Amino acid sequence: MTLDWTAFTPWHAAIGGVIIGLAAAWFALVNGRIAGISGIVGGLLQARRRDVGWRVAFALGLLAAPAAYALVATVPSIAFDTGDAGLVVAGLLVGIGTRYASGCTSGHGVCGVSRLSPRSLVATLTFMIAGFATVFVVRHVLA
Amino acid sequence: MTRRLDIATSFAAGLVFGIGLIVSRMFDPSKVKGFLDLAGAWDPSLGLVMAGAVAVAAVAFAVAKRRRTTLLGEPLVLPMRRDIDRRLVVGSLLFGIGWGIAGICPGPALVAVGAGHAKALVFAVSMLGGMLLFTLLERRRRAHAPPLDKGVRAP
Repeated sequence: MTLDWTAFTPWHAAIGGVIIGLAAAWFALVNGRIAGISGIVGGLLQARRRDVGWRVAFALGLLAAPAAYALVATVPSIAFDTGDAGLVVAGLLVGIGTRYASGCTSGHGVCGVSRLSPRSLVATLTFMIAGFATVFVVRHVLA
Repeated sequence: MTRRLDIATSFAAGLVFGIGLIVSRMFDPSKVKGFLDLAGAWDPSLGLVMAGAVAVAAVAFAVAKRRRTTLLGEPLVLPMRRDIDRRLVVGSLLFGIGWGIAGICPGPALVAVGAGHAKALVFAVSMLGGMLLFTLLERRRRAHAPPLDKGVRAP
């Protein structure tokens, strides 16, 4: 393992992380809910009518974030190195996996770990290890 | 109008969350893959994002634990389950594999769609397809099996 010092962005990471933490804190204390995006979005497919509004609102907030950011600074460019077939397979796996696991990086990784929830600690460790292993196979075995 | 306030404040939470994903660059699949690639040139940024987010959220959840109502006056209920079951582990494994393939998870997917990336849209639509598949499978399971309570083994 070598540290990629040119790619490492510690200030952006730490400040962005704190902002994410503030959003999760806000959602917990003001709305009484876990800021878990897979649950908020996936739950729409089986939500009662009075639960539709806040779910759609949270998702719209995420979709509107680049536009809000653009009012202050240029939205950084990002890079996808996965083909369309890979994105479809990955999307299906992420969709079904997060629903079976009742959470993803936000619900388990940020909120659950913050609460020291045993389920979230197991889930986070599991998807991290699966992610490390998958990137290893894709980049260093198959490539 | 608590309900309207709930919807407005939920939008604000999503917006701030999304801005955090942009500032931290975590809506960039190449940054996420840089973290997951331990054998290559490793980019530890994602770890620092998690640390920053957890440090702040942990304080809020410690406060939330002592409260019975939200700041809007609604009942405050946090998740109670503590059981580690197969669905949790297998689901997390599948999620982790998909996350490793694309370098995108649900939050960043929506932010990248909002930023106008067609590839993010391909991922997000497939993700919704996976979620729909889950919902349909659950509906079928519920129709054929007794309700899932504590102590009842999942099929």
